Amino acid sequence: MDMSFFKSRRLWVLWLALIILVGLATLPLYGSLYMTILMTAILMYIILTVSWVIFSGPTGYLSLASAAFFGIGIYTSAILLPNTGSAFPVLVVVIIAGALSFVVAVLVGALTLRLRGIYFAIFTFGLVELVKQVLIFFEINVTGTRGRFIMLVDTHVIYFIMLGIFVVLLLTAYFIRNSKFGLALRSIGENEEAAAHSGVNVTMVKVITFGISAVFMGAAGATIAMRWTYIDPYIAFNSLFSFLPVLMAIFGGLGQFYGPVIGAAIFAYLEETLLTKFPYYYMLIFGCVLVGTMLFMPFGFTGLIQKGWRRLIGGQHADA
Amino acid sequence: MRMLEGEKVTKYFGGLAAVSEVDFYVEKGEIFGLIGPNGAGKTTLFNLISGAFTPKSGVIKFKDKKISGLKPYKICRMGMARTFQEVKIFTNMPAIQNVALGALFGTPKSLSPAKATKEAGELLDFVGFSVPQDVPAGGLTLVNQKRVEVARALATKADMVLLDELMAGLTPTETAEAMELVTRIRDRGVTVFMIEHVMKAIMGVCDRIMVLHHGEKIADGTPQEIAASKKVIEVYLGE
Repeated sequence: MDMSFFKSRRLWVLWLALIILVGLATLPLYGSLYMTILMTAILMYIILTVSWVIFSGPTGYLSLASAAFFGIGIYTSAILLPNTGSAFPVLVVVIIAGALSFVVAVLVGALTLRLRGIYFAIFTFGLVELVKQVLIFFEINVTGTRGRFIMLVDTHVIYFIMLGIFVVLLLTAYFIRNSKFGLALRSIGENEEAAAHSGVNVTMVKVITFGISAVFMGAAGATIAMRWTYIDPYIAFNSLFSFLPVLMAIFGGLGQFYGPVIGAAIFAYLEETLLTKFPYYYMLIFGCVLVGTMLFMPFGFTGLIQKGWRRLIGGQHADA
Repeated sequence: MRMLEGEKVTKYFGGLAAVSEVDFYVEKGEIFGLIGPNGAGKTTLFNLISGAFTPKSGVIKFKDKKISGLKPYKICRMGMARTFQEVKIFTNMPAIQNVALGALFGTPKSLSPAKATKEAGELLDFVGFSVPQDVPAGGLTLVNQKRVEVARALATKADMVLLDELMAGLTPTETAEAMELVTRIRDRGVTVFMIEHVMKAIMGVCDRIMVLHHGEKIADGTPQEIAASKKVIEVYLGE
């Protein structure tokens, strides 16, 4: 295969990404308000999925803690931006939420990343319930309240913050994937013992990456909370937000960088449309789509595209 | 000069002493062999030296520094690399990347990826790896996977390598090549500590040999001394 093909394809992808980005950034100028709101939700799902993939993709550690970090972000927003008025700028709150999620993830990671396989998955799932129950206990016994109201924030501001998180996340994910750090992550996923004995500080690499992925989940949570305006522990720590990123990533395909992005975008759009058009059958249709994905697209949506691409150009080199 | 030294190294699994008060040392530039029946504690001893396990008691010193209790990556960066009894490579990565990883992470000073890849290529040549270097390592034959593992260990700029049954499962020709490789590794200035079941190989290349049985050291000395030892013959051949 000649290199000019590679280069032109990479350039083409870069141009496409730029055009999409400009389209997204100018969306409020030409789209309806509903479009902006819908895109905010889609971006949120993409952020959750891609940040889940940053850690769980290469290492193979199935984390179900996404909802915990997402919820920490939501509660940070709820506490720092009450509807009675706030001393903090919105953006600062988002950054604090990310930082807080990072700290929690690093602490939890340092304790639990020695667990492997199903044990790690169960523990991370338990974490979501733990934080949720502690908050419920706190609200019942200490504050005597149920849930919190959040300050009204302009829809466009929320959208642009979400878009900003999305761009920073994509750059981070791309950088990690193509760096020495990313190589260390993959080596851990392939054979942790061999990685450790080849000089990779496996604990540090795992914990830091777990923390980085939590930053974006927390930031996304803090941002979407401003849209939801009312939250309580059940809304903030809904375990669905632990499972959806996994499903969306599988739907998109984990093999490619853009797989989870496309997967989450289609999936989130599908969810929103089904929910509004078929409110009663939405879960049923959704389930069928998922089963169909598992059965007919084992390598996800991007796997399907690649297969088609390969057939089209008749080569074996669609794996750039 | 002593490269590696162990004093009364002990490790229990439950109530069972897998390694019991073993004293040993390896001189710089030596090929040191470790033999013993199955379950004698050979691999456990390697795991203790490389940091996978921490000894319950006893001290292990590498280049006069205590290493028992350190994390594997630290021991690796100090200059001790290992291979595994059951090959542990990164099966979805190309052979060259497997080796480059050792050069990138296993050395105290950080290398540029380009330089690491170049070194990896040279090391693959050195270990006699003669198939394409850019195909996923999982599809390679056993002997080539073992070569990748050895090259990865050498890529960490190790002063000493622990080879765990390098020759297990190889054909006679491949075994002869592996024996020759072990001596070439020593000639590069790397001290070799190897576990081996192939008697001909271990007797042929080692300067000294230690014998473990039920976790205890029962003999050590030159190959001739070991071959003549009554105790060793008893353990291997029965009464």
